[in-house]
Amino acid sequence: MNNLEFTLLVAAGSFGAGLLGSLTGLGGGVVLVPLLTLFFKVDIRYAIGASLVSVIATSSGAAAAYVKEGFSNIRIGMFLEIATTIGALTGAFLAAFISTRALAVIFGVMLLYSAYLSRKPRPRAQRNLPQDSLATRLRMNGDFPSEEGGMRHYNVHRVPAGFSLMFGAGALSGLLGIGSGAVKVLAMDQAMKIPFKVSTTTSNFMIGVTAAASAGVYLNRGYVDPGLAMPVMLGVLAGSMLGARILMKAETKVLRVVFSVVIAVLGVQMLYKGLTGGI
Amino acid sequence: MTETADQHGWTDQKLENIVGNLLRTGVSLAALVVLLGGIVYLTRHGREPASYRVFRGEPSDLKSLPGIIRAALGLHGRGIIQFGLLLLIATPVFRVALSIWGFAAEKDHMYMLFTTIVLIVLLYSLLGSGSAF
Repeated sequence: MNNLEFTLLVAAGSFGAGLLGSLTGLGGGVVLVPLLTLFFKVDIRYAIGASLVSVIATSSGAAAAYVKEGFSNIRIGMFLEIATTIGALTGAFLAAFISTRALAVIFGVMLLYSAYLSRKPRPRAQRNLPQDSLATRLRMNGDFPSEEGGMRHYNVHRVPAGFSLMFGAGALSGLLGIGSGAVKVLAMDQAMKIPFKVSTTTSNFMIGVTAAASAGVYLNRGYVDPGLAMPVMLGVLAGSMLGARILMKAETKVLRVVFSVVIAVLGVQMLYKGLTGGI
Repeated sequence: MTETADQHGWTDQKLENIVGNLLRTGVSLAALVVLLGGIVYLTRHGREPASYRVFRGEPSDLKSLPGIIRAALGLHGRGIIQFGLLLLIATPVFRVALSIWGFAAEKDHMYMLFTTIVLIVLLYSLLGSGSAF
């Protein structure tokens, strides 16, 4: 295969990953690394570097659309970014000392867990919780446009628990080159009791900054290959932009089931390759 | 604490609009530069065999900030792509820097401090982490 054919094939695959990722809300980064390593036989370190770059592109692109709607909470995001960026830096440093086989195993476990999370029903959100003193002192409580119309007020809770989970989300992102949006949403929605809509948009806002913190380390270490990152970034960006456009009309329930099965299958394969040394 | 939200509401919304435009511009510009670099790279090296199976790491002129700028100015395809990727990584960094200014306008010293910490981590990663290897 020559460079031109390789570029076109990788761009097409990345386009598909970006499209499915944005349609299902599960993120394209999570299938990108398995796609590159299992099908294109790319070294996992190059794959992670390219994936990180595409995560920044989609997050920043999507955030530009979200911020104007008034859902995301810039204070919650900024405070938690202290945890995610330091976590991301830690993860990126760790990646240099972990064997590629171990990386594949961790990736496989993460994929299986993501597939499980996407199938699990979300517990009903509690409303009108009392104020938490730490969150209040940090001025995190806010309002957002509710489904019923008008603004709805919310109080933020369990800041230390959320902060610790965010460090983990950052470390995972830096280690595996993914956005780890699912863990971020889990931290805000489940631990900190922030409304789901605010959690998802604020998470998207944070993903780009988190990924940038580890992308710098990957770039400096020579893990970002321009020939590979070019089709990956452009493909994922185009795919996710198209996905965001058709999201309003599409029926995504079946698609979500299909995509979570794909994630689980890729997870098993990564786990197998990591354990048997085929990577 | 609704008064806090009201008090900050207007400037927050204004700041978020500026941030939204910055992100959009940064990503578009980066994508354009990467595309241009890709065209140059593939016109010159499209027929060569692709090899990403074996990890070699990038040469030093595609790793460090001055090296990338030199390679891009020399109109090397891979150098131009890498410069575009650098613009992309810099976009969220600019966003964070802009937020410091926004919090300063609101005289919110606590969040100015938080945002400065985030900015220092990002700048260290981009500029300082190379020397650790």
